[in-house]
Amino acid sequence: MPVNRVKFYQTGSYAVGNRLLDPRSRAVQSDPARTNAITTGHRACQGCGEALGARYVLDAAMRATGGKLVTVNATGCLEVFSTPFPESSWRVAWLHSLFGNAPAVATGVAAALRAQGREDIRVIGQGGDGGTVDIGFGCLSGMFERDDDVLFVCYDNQAYMNTGVQRSGATPPAARTATTDAVGPAPGNAFGQGKDAPRIAMAHGIPYVATATVADPRDLEYKVERAMSFRGARYLHVLVPCPLGWGSAARDTVRLARLATQCGLFPVYEAERGDVVAATPIRAAVPVTEYLRPQRRFAHLFRPELRTDVIGRIQAIADANIARYGLLEAGHD
Amino acid sequence: MTEHPFAITLDVGSSLANRTGAWRTERPVYVNRMPPCNDACPAGENVQAWLYEAEDGGYERAWRQLVRDNPFPAIMGRVCYHPCQDACNRGQLDEAVGINAVERFVGDEAIRRGWRFDPPPAPTGKRVLVVGAGPCGLSAAYHLAVRGHAVTVRDAGEAAGGMMRYGIPAYRLPRDVLDAEIGRIVDLGVTVEQNRRVDDPVAALAEFDAVFLAVGAQLSKRAYVPAGESARILDALGVLHDVAEGERPLLGRRVVVYGGGNTALDVARSAKRLGATEPLVVYRRTRAQMPAHPEETDEAIEEGVRMRWLSTIAYAGSGRVVVERMRLDDNGFPQPTGEFEELPADAVVLALGQEVDRSIVDSAPDIEVDHGTVRVDAHLMTGRPGVFAGGDMVPSRRTVTDAVGHGKRAAREIDAWLGGGTPTPAARPPLATFERLNTWYYSDAPATLRPRLDLARRASTFDEVVRGLDESTALFEARRCLSCGNCFGCDNCFGVCPDNAVRKLDEGHRAGSYAIDLDYCKGCGICVAECPAGAIEMVPEEES
Repeated sequence: MPVNRVKFYQTGSYAVGNRLLDPRSRAVQSDPARTNAITTGHRACQGCGEALGARYVLDAAMRATGGKLVTVNATGCLEVFSTPFPESSWRVAWLHSLFGNAPAVATGVAAALRAQGREDIRVIGQGGDGGTVDIGFGCLSGMFERDDDVLFVCYDNQAYMNTGVQRSGATPPAARTATTDAVGPAPGNAFGQGKDAPRIAMAHGIPYVATATVADPRDLEYKVERAMSFRGARYLHVLVPCPLGWGSAARDTVRLARLATQCGLFPVYEAERGDVVAATPIRAAVPVTEYLRPQRRFAHLFRPELRTDVIGRIQAIADANIARYGLLEAGHD
Repeated sequence: MTEHPFAITLDVGSSLANRTGAWRTERPVYVNRMPPCNDACPAGENVQAWLYEAEDGGYERAWRQLVRDNPFPAIMGRVCYHPCQDACNRGQLDEAVGINAVERFVGDEAIRRGWRFDPPPAPTGKRVLVVGAGPCGLSAAYHLAVRGHAVTVRDAGEAAGGMMRYGIPAYRLPRDVLDAEIGRIVDLGVTVEQNRRVDDPVAALAEFDAVFLAVGAQLSKRAYVPAGESARILDALGVLHDVAEGERPLLGRRVVVYGGGNTALDVARSAKRLGATEPLVVYRRTRAQMPAHPEETDEAIEEGVRMRWLSTIAYAGSGRVVVERMRLDDNGFPQPTGEFEELPADAVVLALGQEVDRSIVDSAPDIEVDHGTVRVDAHLMTGRPGVFAGGDMVPSRRTVTDAVGHGKRAAREIDAWLGGGTPTPAARPPLATFERLNTWYYSDAPATLRPRLDLARRASTFDEVVRGLDESTALFEARRCLSCGNCFGCDNCFGVCPDNAVRKLDEGHRAGSYAIDLDYCKGCGICVAECPAGAIEMVPEEES
């Protein structure tokens, strides 16, 4: 486990903080003086995982950089719900250009800062899975290939939620979206090879690639801090459940992110220069059904009949992840 | 308008202007639920609260919280059968918190460091007589004294403690511990008079405003055991009393104890310590029906006490007993089978339960004794106004902890009666069940500490030769508490809110120092779902 786990103290490092812990051992999110990069009053839905994830990432980045940070945002939910004119929820330097060019704009910001001799100011590019793995992918790959000094963060909620839940390159197999209605006997996204953005990023050989979820803020914060210790192109892929698009209860956002990791469908790991260096072991293994069942986008796998054939294929994906990243091999604290 | 750039009509603003709280149909509310340990404690201890204080090493705070309900933590940590641990939610996760062991540690710390009770408030002018200096009487005296009443305890024995001194063997409760915790009650200003048997409690009402009877159940029940002239038959309380006085009753090598309660096992285990090679407990029903605490049965067997279930003693003679095998009928009652067996026995000890010595109430016809116990109303008052009774004298489970709880309750009732009212019991919040916890967040106990703790826990209820928990293990054990149904200050709600709508009220990070900002809380309920302790709940907004 790369993030330094705290022993004892009832909740160890699983909860955000603990009154018994030294403040330095608590999460950034435990600090009443945290930046609150995306502040109260934003118009995200109840229980929005993306709003939560963005705050976790940017608050940690603000601490890691001493507040010297510029954020470039792609179009998407995160941009729309945070900045309905003339309001803004951002308490960091923030700019938005287009859907597909956030990595390129971030590259430009980094270049401008370098030209001014202000390389102490760091740059984060961020977007949803649509802006990252589909529309902005060419710009992103170029940013990686040039090793520009940008951390790009993808908040992956697995579809185009802002425009009405259309399928994206990150939509998982069998998930129902507005554009994967039944053409044959059953709805749901086709089984394909998918677009595994973190592994594509790793294939560029960039200094640092990591995955994380909103279910483990300490791990997420560690990875942001770690990413900020590198220069060059870095990529962070954060799973952020979406109650609207996933058809889940607002209160279940963190729980679903946790189940995604514990069933193996979303492996949490980090890689340096193209090689995986650490993976977070599964602590309370569950079958994929535990994760799928609370989501209405997978309801057709359970009603009117239990689709053991489809569930079996999804379980096989989880099992392949568990084998690839050794998620059941190491013990936990 | 003129200050704005072309085509811009509005000033730049913050989203703080957008009061998203209006979206909400349910709101999160911080609650305190009843932890199962508190719920199960016969003495009404707030276990979760004193463990919370112990978790940061605040043992004196823990002790002060504990003695609000029970003045005997060091005694409890040795003799209580800890129903709290049977109820502990952590038992469903890995293993129950060793509450009893921590209680003993806190109690021993108090003795070692000389902590004293807070001085009582100004005297009320009311005088109360407590009859009997056992756990119930002393508990009542303590709780009356801290309410400002003048308390006199009169006890027939040589020294205070009742069954704690004369019924519980020293290997379970060292006398210096007993003396220390009783001495602290005396220091509170309670007058304890030994060798003062009270024969007429009603007459005492001339001198006192109220009388509390807590003399326990002292008379050993007799069963007719046909016996030869030279058979040696003893009663259990007499044996334990002699042992407590430092005498060595002549039991011989082969001791047969008749009965299935804790007293029977105490006698058998004491006999073993006095040199009996093979003490045998004869009980007429099965192990499952034994009134003795399972833990005590286990320990007795571990020590070499043998058990003979479904048997009665049919005849006791010189150096031998004849036992008859029993069988359970369809109603679960033991019935004779006519199968007999002769066993060697140097002595037979009868431990068949105790009854109230009714001579104490002979002078008061309006105090009724029914089936061996004194009849009291819902306020523990006998038929004679102003005379209360509790502990083993009235129907109860007859453990030290139950007696202490009775004493506390009696003090509350007597206090209310003296003030001319009845006490209003505090509303009991709903139980903090295991299902309400989010157990994901609790760390597992590191493997290195487990063996040490197991050892200490096993030892803590057994023998004073083996120490209880040391500081580091006590601290660790306290921190295993899940704080069921009560905030313990983990910051999770503050962290997981997607809307930053949870406020942290102080920097001290005490439990409960959070508040929901209802101007912005959208009511998603993530804080409720992710609270480890289940100390937040959603309640519907009222329609406006």
